[in-house]
Amino acid sequence: MKVELEQVVRVGIADLNIARAPLKIRTSGLGSCVGIVIYDSSVKIAGLAHIMLPKANLEKVNDNKYKYADTAIDILIDKLIANHARKYSLRAKIAGGAQMFQLSNGTDVMRIGPRNVEAVQHRLDKHRIPIIATDVGGNKGRTIEFDPFTGKLKIRTVNKGEKYI
Amino acid sequence: MKTIKLTNIQKDVLREIGNIGAGNATTSMSKLINKQVMMEIPSVEVMTINEMMEVIGGPEKLIVAILFRIRGEITGTVYFVLTIEEAEDLIRQMTMDTSIKLMLNEEIDEIALSTLQEIANILTGSYLSALADMTNLNMTTTVPYLSIDMAAATLVTGLVELSEVTDYAIIIDTKITGNKVEESAKGHFLLIPDPTSIPKLFASLGTEYES
Repeated sequence: MKVELEQVVRVGIADLNIARAPLKIRTSGLGSCVGIVIYDSSVKIAGLAHIMLPKANLEKVNDNKYKYADTAIDILIDKLIANHARKYSLRAKIAGGAQMFQLSNGTDVMRIGPRNVEAVQHRLDKHRIPIIATDVGGNKGRTIEFDPFTGKLKIRTVNKGEKYI
Repeated sequence: MKTIKLTNIQKDVLREIGNIGAGNATTSMSKLINKQVMMEIPSVEVMTINEMMEVIGGPEKLIVAILFRIRGEITGTVYFVLTIEEAEDLIRQMTMDTSIKLMLNEEIDEIALSTLQEIANILTGSYLSALADMTNLNMTTTVPYLSIDMAAATLVTGLVELSEVTDYAIIIDTKITGNKVEESAKGHFLLIPDPTSIPKLFASLGTEYES
């Protein structure tokens, strides 16, 4: 157990980090949040961000930048490049953005998942980073783990077991 | 990052809010299942979302979460959090059907679900009416939302509005238990006022608060 813990970099909520093979990188319990993996297979490095909201409010200086899709993606890319990833070979995989509470007259807050996904896609597109695979939407929470060595993203949900994208 | 600091008096005031709300809800629950139900003295904590997950039992822990938003003069979120076993226990006591299961072939049982929703309706209603009476503030609630999933996945949704303002939440946590030591817990009530409502909440109860 201890050995396994040492091999996985954990990313919290509104948090981000990077990992180089043989380390893996994971984040737990994505609901309406979106997990964004950006990786460079040739140097076997990957970054993971767990974002909660689509857009940062620029007026708030002391805010946690890891919380928002736009600012977190920018920081993640900078971190990867600082660690010898090459921008043109970066690829992305995304998961999450579920709607956890089902209700016909749900407020906008309850539809935050799809808004997050849209913001992530938009930001990645702006950086010209192709999205290779996605597992978004639905109404299930996800735990994701990326292996920079294989480039596979493992997705675990409560009832549907595990799958790789 | 902006942090929130509370004085002991302010914590006492919030603890009393949790006490009255959860106390009323506990009484309702006791009537529902026709059994004595106890509650612990609420704890008032200022914590980050990640810290909150650890309190619940980790971000991946499977929980039953019933959430409703408070609207009106003050806004906030109330969670009633149960483990699967606690929820099943509650459903069995209410339906008097000891064989009923919450999950059947990976699907939620319809009767179990509607029982749970009804419990949620009654409990949340009594929690809120106590709160409104105490503060003299006008508040209504949304219908309860229910989700059975990983703790982080369900709980964060209700915190989205809050997280646009701050990374810290004031969490008023009340644990519900049975009347015997060997009986398992019956769930937690978490009241998380939105940051903008904190000064109003204190003002209504005659306490100063500098934000």
